[in-house]
Amino acid sequence: MVTLARLRLLDRKLLRDLWAMKGQALAIAAVIAAGVTMYVTYLSNFDSLQRTRAAYYAEARFADVFASLTRAPAWLAGRIAAIPGVAAVDTRVVADVTLTVAGMTEPAVGRLISIPDRGAPGLNSVHLRRGRWIDPARPDEVLASERFCEAHGLAPGDAVSAVINGRYRRLTIVGVALSPEYVYAIRPGEIFPDARRFGVFWMNRAALGAAFNMEGAFNDVAAALGPGASEPAVVAELDRLLAPYGGRGAIPRSLQPSAWTLENELAQLQLFGFLVPAIFFGVAAFVLHVALTRALALQRAQIAAMKALGYATRTLAWHYIKWALVIAAAGAVAGVAAGAWLGAWFITIYNEFFRFPVLSYRLSGGVAAQAVAGSLTVAALGAVAAVRRAVRVPPAEAMRPEAPARYRRSLLERLSARLRPSLATRMVLRNLERQPGRALISTVGIAFAVAVLFVGLAFIDVMDALINEQFTRVMRQDATVAFVEPRAARAIYDVRHLPGVLDAEPLRTVPVRLRAGARARTLALTGLPDGAHLNRVVDRRGRAVPLPPQGLVLSEMLGVRLGVAPGDELQVEILEGRRPTRRVPVAMLVDDTLGLQAHMRLDELGRLLGEGDAISAVALTLDPARRDRFYDEVKVMPVVAGVELREATLQNFRETLAEHMNLSIFINVIFAAIIAFGVVYNSARVSLSERSRELASLRVLGFTRAEISLILLGELAVLTLAALPLGALIGELFGELIIAAFSNEIYRLSFVAEPATIAWSWLIVSAAAAVSGLLVRRRLDHLDLVAVLKTQE
Amino acid sequence: MRAASVAAGLEPIFTARGVRKVYEMGEVTVEALRGVDFDLFEGEFVVLLGPSGSGKSTLLNILGGLDVPTSGEVLYRDHDLTVADDAALTIYRRDHVGFVFQFYNLIPSLTALENVALVTDIVAHPMRPEEALALVGLGHRLDHFPAQLSGGEQQRVAIARAIAKRPEVLLCDEPTGSLDISTGVLVLEALERVNRELGTATAVITHNAAIAAMADRVVRLADGRVAGVQANTRKATARELQW
Ligand SMILES: Nc1ncnc2c1ncn2[C@@H]1O[C@H](COP(=O)(O)OP(=O)(O)O)[C@@H](O)[C@H]1O
Ligand SMILES: [Mg+2]
Repeated sequence: MVTLARLRLLDRKLLRDLWAMKGQALAIAAVIAAGVTMYVTYLSNFDSLQRTRAAYYAEARFADVFASLTRAPAWLAGRIAAIPGVAAVDTRVVADVTLTVAGMTEPAVGRLISIPDRGAPGLNSVHLRRGRWIDPARPDEVLASERFCEAHGLAPGDAVSAVINGRYRRLTIVGVALSPEYVYAIRPGEIFPDARRFGVFWMNRAALGAAFNMEGAFNDVAAALGPGASEPAVVAELDRLLAPYGGRGAIPRSLQPSAWTLENELAQLQLFGFLVPAIFFGVAAFVLHVALTRALALQRAQIAAMKALGYATRTLAWHYIKWALVIAAAGAVAGVAAGAWLGAWFITIYNEFFRFPVLSYRLSGGVAAQAVAGSLTVAALGAVAAVRRAVRVPPAEAMRPEAPARYRRSLLERLSARLRPSLATRMVLRNLERQPGRALISTVGIAFAVAVLFVGLAFIDVMDALINEQFTRVMRQDATVAFVEPRAARAIYDVRHLPGVLDAEPLRTVPVRLRAGARARTLALTGLPDGAHLNRVVDRRGRAVPLPPQGLVLSEMLGVRLGVAPGDELQVEILEGRRPTRRVPVAMLVDDTLGLQAHMRLDELGRLLGEGDAISAVALTLDPARRDRFYDEVKVMPVVAGVELREATLQNFRETLAEHMNLSIFINVIFAAIIAFGVVYNSARVSLSERSRELASLRVLGFTRAEISLILLGELAVLTLAALPLGALIGELFGELIIAAFSNEIYRLSFVAEPATIAWSWLIVSAAAAVSGLLVRRRLDHLDLVAVLKTQE
Repeated sequence: MRAASVAAGLEPIFTARGVRKVYEMGEVTVEALRGVDFDLFEGEFVVLLGPSGSGKSTLLNILGGLDVPTSGEVLYRDHDLTVADDAALTIYRRDHVGFVFQFYNLIPSLTALENVALVTDIVAHPMRPEEALALVGLGHRLDHFPAQLSGGEQQRVAIARAIAKRPEVLLCDEPTGSLDISTGVLVLEALERVNRELGTATAVITHNAAIAAMADRVVRLADGRVAGVQANTRKATARELQW
């Protein structure tokens, strides 16, 4: 009974104390809420995407192994099905064609995929979103992928034109569809998806077979594995079976482009979901620790008195830890609510990139509970040291009047006797110097605010650097024209004579599998001419790397994935033509920006392939005035499989991916600003509560508000100034950390920050300090002089 | 003697009439002062005596411009303090009033000299800080920080700080409240000397009846009202006090 009454009383005290410091409590809760919001937003999206993906892959019977080949007879499907571990096989015809779409001058790429004339595909089900299925009797009817239709405003009943096997064909869209293979639809060879310029179309098997001379044959196969099957074994066996038919190397689901991108995105989301909130939480714990240490210092006499009255140290410790827990709980609840709202909004953005039949947002209880538990733990960690120190006060302390704090002349004054700073300045300096540890902690707290802002803003620079790197250093061509099949080197002249072409440079890309022991990667090996000036290999520092006469030049990430270093030999399995397998030394690894790239000299590659001077694409620069005429002519060239345009790619990138990135950056910056403000405001409030007695005394002596504000705000100004450079330093570290974590097979970004970014973060924190100063100043104006002087503490 | 001369035509510094102060705290109201009349004349030494809670501090705070009455009239010479705004009260405190508190309220980061200079820096015709400290017998402790001074010494620094601006009135709220007898006497001696040598009108709050013997007049407060005014025919010196 007694303890119950006592606890109730303490709880009442808790509420009143919190109410008295509500501004500060709110600021700390906001910092925690920011961390929780990020956590909930990222991880609920991760969770939603992952569940959706798993459900969709299972329901649509997404295949486990994929392979494309030149042409194999239909009966080979039986042989494939007989591979041990293979549960189901689906063969089909897949072809890329050049499309003409009304309202778009530049050419687009269409991928035509066959679906059985009767019944649904056995694997990789097509989900009909709108319209109807294809009429087996109508060879020109197609289903089209949803993003492509949306990008062009196409609906069932509309038509597109395609150059199929050298002939113009009108394809009538009768339905809009989705497929697990194209959740993330990206053109082969591109880095960013472009919905306008890449569409997937499903056609009758008979119609497509006829168009591409594939009657009774197939050029693409997907297989599902049974339980316990060995994926590498199936891949190897499939390769062996398909080799005579021009197999281009089977890949497991994990390397299927859409699945691979989705997986990378999910991994990144999960990582960010931990890393960013972890930083925010760390800052929150720190701020809480500082605030509580200072608040408890002011309660020293009370604590001693309560102990003298017989309260146990444990009871008091728990009482003060509850301060932190109440604040954290408030922050967590607000954060979960904000995170749920923001998460639901984010998922609509993911819906733009990733197409599932249903991608619905779901905030799982687990994520919410983790966020709440995390913030409570963080708060308790931040509080525990402060509380432990505070409750150690011996009860006898309560009986003694507190001796005035010990001060001495500041270093500045000791160094120079002639220096006579104003009394206010002297007070500020001596205060800072008397408790250097405390000043340092406040400075570090504000520096954290600078750091989170700096990192948030720096991501804009990082994205800019990526764009700059990719679109002005690496790809200097305006367009790349890819041929249906490799052609002799003189094909470059056909392209050079197209209208508007200023400069042209040959390229040869060939699908290969690079193997080092058990590790292998299937990718496009690119051959570039000596002294290439349009398409170049560029390292992360923006320097062009000349290709050595012999050997492979690999992205560092690829070297790491394959476990090879310069001088090591790689087995290069060429997945085209006569399909030779060669051993080629690695000449160098390039620390570059984009995931997995392999380059070598064009002439060397020709020798390797045993085909002389063949090229597969031409990079070129265009006269802007004659660009449309170029498009018109190139679109109808039968030998051209596709045209990649830098302008379009860049614009698309800016519009879609960059927009999405900028949104997350913007949100990060908003939260960083909340943190910055929370930290700075807190420091100011803490100083105010520590100094209010002194300042009130001065007011009684006749000092004006402006004069006493100067003393308090002067201290805040000094701390803020010191925090600016420190914050930039900490931010640099955070940035490197996040970037290192961000690196995956798609990008390897560098942490770069423009001077203007540092300046902005400094400016925002200074502004936060100024606003905090003003708010605190308002409190100074309402300082209750009588009350402050009435009691000793 | 002094009391007679007071009555015989010295100018009043403070004239308070019918001062009421009501504190409202939610539903509860506390009437700290219930219609107090009070005068303080030039050069006078008045002791405000009364039990704790009788309204002494409230009255002194109102006189000093730290607080405003709920109703009634408070004149400082011919200035009406009840209508002054915060800025005017700040200037009033700065120019005319010296405060001494029970808990000294020195600035711990400033030395004794600097604590006094704090005030001399902001007023028109101050004495030199050294002079003020000498007056309270601390001419030799100029460079000590509050932490290096005893309680009595700190309180004397506070007195020096209060008088350095040559105020017309010195308001002291239990200046010896946290001191032992012998140090208390040192502090009272300082007040006595200031009153005598500078002619500063002084009001001292205490609940210690022995101190009343030092005063020209003793005003007794009880329960928010003036319970009695008594003029001393003979003023005791601080040294003679016993408690
Ligand atoms: N800020 C306040 N709020 C409410 N009541 C107050 C306040 N200040 C003083 N009082 C009340 O006014 C009365 C007089 O207080 P005070 O002038 O401090 O007494 P004294 O100084 O004589 O001990 C007391 O009953 C006290 O409780
Ligand atoms: Mg009092």
